[in-house]
Amino acid sequence: MTAIDFINFYIVPGLVLGSIYAVGAIGITMVFGILRFAHLAHGDLATMGAFFALAAVTLLGVDPWVALPVAMILAAALAVGLDRTFYDYLRDRPKILTVMASLGVALMVRAVIQVVWGTDPQTYQRGIVRPDNYFGILLRNRELYTLLAVVVIVVALETFLRKSKWGKAMRAMSDNPDLARLSGVDIRHVTVLTWAIVGALCAASGFFLGINTELHSMMGWHMLLPMFAAAILGGVGRVQGAVLGGFIVGLAEELSILVMPGPYKSATAFVILLAILLVRPRGLLNGKVL
Amino acid sequence: MELIGLANYAIFLGILIGIYALLSLGLNIQWGFTGLFNAGIAGFFAIGAYTTAILTSPHLPGRVGGFEMPILVGWAGAMIVAGLIAWPIGKICLRFRSDYLAIATIGVAEIIRLAIRTEEWLTGGTRGITGIPRPFGDLPYVQSQLAYLVIVALAVLIVYLLVERQLHAPWGRMMRAIRDNEGAAAAMGKRIEARRLQAFIFGSTLMGLAGALFVHFNRSITPEAIDPMIATFLIWIMLILGGSGNNRGAILGAVVIWTIWSVSEILTDRLPTEMAIQAKYVRVFIIGLMLQLVLRFRPEGILPEERRTRTAPPG
Repeated sequence: MTAIDFINFYIVPGLVLGSIYAVGAIGITMVFGILRFAHLAHGDLATMGAFFALAAVTLLGVDPWVALPVAMILAAALAVGLDRTFYDYLRDRPKILTVMASLGVALMVRAVIQVVWGTDPQTYQRGIVRPDNYFGILLRNRELYTLLAVVVIVVALETFLRKSKWGKAMRAMSDNPDLARLSGVDIRHVTVLTWAIVGALCAASGFFLGINTELHSMMGWHMLLPMFAAAILGGVGRVQGAVLGGFIVGLAEELSILVMPGPYKSATAFVILLAILLVRPRGLLNGKVL
Repeated sequence: MELIGLANYAIFLGILIGIYALLSLGLNIQWGFTGLFNAGIAGFFAIGAYTTAILTSPHLPGRVGGFEMPILVGWAGAMIVAGLIAWPIGKICLRFRSDYLAIATIGVAEIIRLAIRTEEWLTGGTRGITGIPRPFGDLPYVQSQLAYLVIVALAVLIVYLLVERQLHAPWGRMMRAIRDNEGAAAAMGKRIEARRLQAFIFGSTLMGLAGALFVHFNRSITPEAIDPMIATFLIWIMLILGGSGNNRGAILGAVVIWTIWSVSEILTDRLPTEMAIQAKYVRVFIIGLMLQLVLRFRPEGILPEERRTRTAPPG
């Protein structure tokens, strides 16, 4: 196998998959870091976001990339609504109950998708797309756009978290909730804002997975383990960590085919998760341990 | 005729309720007494089912296993292997908050599902394993079903008595102390991680036993026999609705939820095919909603945990 084949068949798919996981893992690390619980409905929320975009494509007849912002706004509203309805009242009880509620929400969201859109795989656009040749590296437009979109999302989010007042409030709550509250941070607003961002990120990751593969009612659930592995690998609460973790998990999954039987590809994330918990539970970038 | 059909169905229902009651009791040890979040119950169930299937089924060329061992050996094997799988997972994850265990157990269930589908030499792949013996399986249908109901009921009774005994022993008080105030329990010199690991393994072996009872009842097992997420979630709602921390609650929850689930399936199966498929997902939605309602309006369940505060003896 030549170097260029290796890049085309393993590294490029690994990076695309990694960027999809990265966007999802950012959301997981934000909920884990700021709201302090493992959100098990994250994957199914991503599925819902992907299907929101499909609805926009089929009903309005727009290009999938135009449907993406629509899906992100709808998923943000859904995430805020789910928090108000199913998580908010559990705020003062042990956090593990919210984890349980989120497992129930995962099942409910998926059931809605299965009733509305059925269980057959679907796509945004029909037809085969030929990749373009960039000095030997084969890239499809959608793959290029996915990678670019991830860069835009990460830069925008980082700028928001570092520069804006609300971003600083979110980081303060992640570092020390009691201190943040004493300093006058409005927990209610920060929570709503966090869910809005997380919902939008979910939709983006689901959309990227959908446009690069296909849409399926289980697509998000199957991403849950890689996304959690990425978030914990990078360090809980660390946005850059989630991105780094996402790319490592994505590349590891694609490269695992070289050393392991194909069906076990999706076991890679689990191995990474256990290894990091065993060796360095704070993650690569020194996140939190709950 | 109608009446006999109904009685047969009741026996069938009873056997499955017994199996779910075992799962619910196992989860009660993990969640109810110790506060451990196991989201991969179906994985431990499947491990138990396949272990005993491999140990007791007749030999088939091209597949390892089929040792035709006695059924009791199969059951013991199911419990041991389920416990052996639980050990490393608990060892790694129980140092942290239960969120991590939740994620890891979802992973375990997924890996087990993958392995069962892939390792044809051991599990028969998608074809599964057939010809698994059933105790008193040679009797006529009704007698054989009745005999199995008695076996399952006995298993539930024995497990219930053992778990109750354990719960009221100093061990049970220690576990609840760890669950309710980890810091204080640690300060009293209790080894938190080791105790949690005990509870996790103990609960998982019961889930393995339930899997074994299921497979000998069914006489065959395929990867599609149970939907992992729905099964896991049903057991959670059984325990939460029945009353986590209360063993009678765990069994009651299994009776209530499995009856609702099973009877509603009969009703929706009468719908036209297209609607029947949609109705299946509506049922899943309602089960998810039910958990939210119980968590909100009756978090202690139907039979709440007994909080015995014994006053000090006079003098």
